[in-house]
Amino acid sequence: MGDTAPESGARSAARAGGGAGLRPAGAGGGQGMPVWEVFRQERKGQPFQHAGSVVAPEQEFARAYAHEQYGRRGESTALWVVPRGSILEVEDFVDELGRNYHRVDGYSLKEKLKEARARAGTAPDR
Amino acid sequence: MHEQALLQIADDELVLGWRDSEWTGIAPVLEEDVAFSSIAQNEIGHARAIYSLLSEDPDALALDRRPEEYRSSALVEMRFVPDWAHTIARRWLYEQADAIRIARLAASDDAAVAGLAAKIQREEAYHLMHADMWAERLRDEPRFRAAVDDLLPLVLGLLEPGDRPALLAATGLGEVTAIERGPHDESWPQLWEEMTMVRRSEPAGVAW
Repeated sequence: MGDTAPESGARSAARAGGGAGLRPAGAGGGQGMPVWEVFRQERKGQPFQHAGSVVAPEQEFARAYAHEQYGRRGESTALWVVPRGSILEVEDFVDELGRNYHRVDGYSLKEKLKEARARAGTAPDR
Repeated sequence: MHEQALLQIADDELVLGWRDSEWTGIAPVLEEDVAFSSIAQNEIGHARAIYSLLSEDPDALALDRRPEEYRSSALVEMRFVPDWAHTIARRWLYEQADAIRIARLAASDDAAVAGLAAKIQREEAYHLMHADMWAERLRDEPRFRAAVDDLLPLVLGLLEPGDRPALLAATGLGEVTAIERGPHDESWPQLWEEMTMVRRSEPAGVAW
């Protein structure tokens, strides 16, 4: 994972909660209350994206608070509200040997093509 | 539709929205602060919509009347800060009663009234959900139960006598004698004073 890759929202939210990683529901919230991660779908058919979190004692409160915080301006068509402890975080991606050719973006075809065209003398005018 | 009935509802919504918004920034937990403030704002929005049905100038109707001309119930006028038990008991009982009277409006022959009531109902569904979750959580809390008993007579007074049994059925509460709408709460003059202060600070007809 490159240095500039965006951190997953759930993880940064977990850090903001005070821990190095995800903490089980029941920990990290204000007044000992569980933290619920909220994922928001902006329009039907679009992927759900992490929106933030709410602190709530139980599911019905989490539903109401998520609804008010992430839905009252019509910015969402649906929400997923998940106890933080139910999220499994996987973050160990070792790449000691820099085998970037395993990645779609690790091998620039465009550059290689340009060089090949230059060698063959068939480069486009520009 | 009967204008007086609509005006009562609009005044209740305006004043309750005002009172509940007193919790903004000081509710017991921040999440609740956001939710509660948002609901309070919705209530004022409902008042605005009903005033607009009743008048070409909803602002004048909302803010230019003399205190004795308001039809709000003493229930919504009472100042409860910092008593959360009474605040949430009022919220819960009010939503239960409001659901019944808004359902009546939704069945109105007047298409404009019925249409607006249907819109309000969609928003009130979330208010009811919010209130129910609190009532469920505090069900066995003595301060909450005492507040419910305290407020029930005034809440019954929000409804026509024929609709009152429905409220008791919805809340599972025992019958008590209703306190009819009419006399304002002792805090009403001061509330009116504050509520209309800015409006009265400028001559009528001034453009904001």
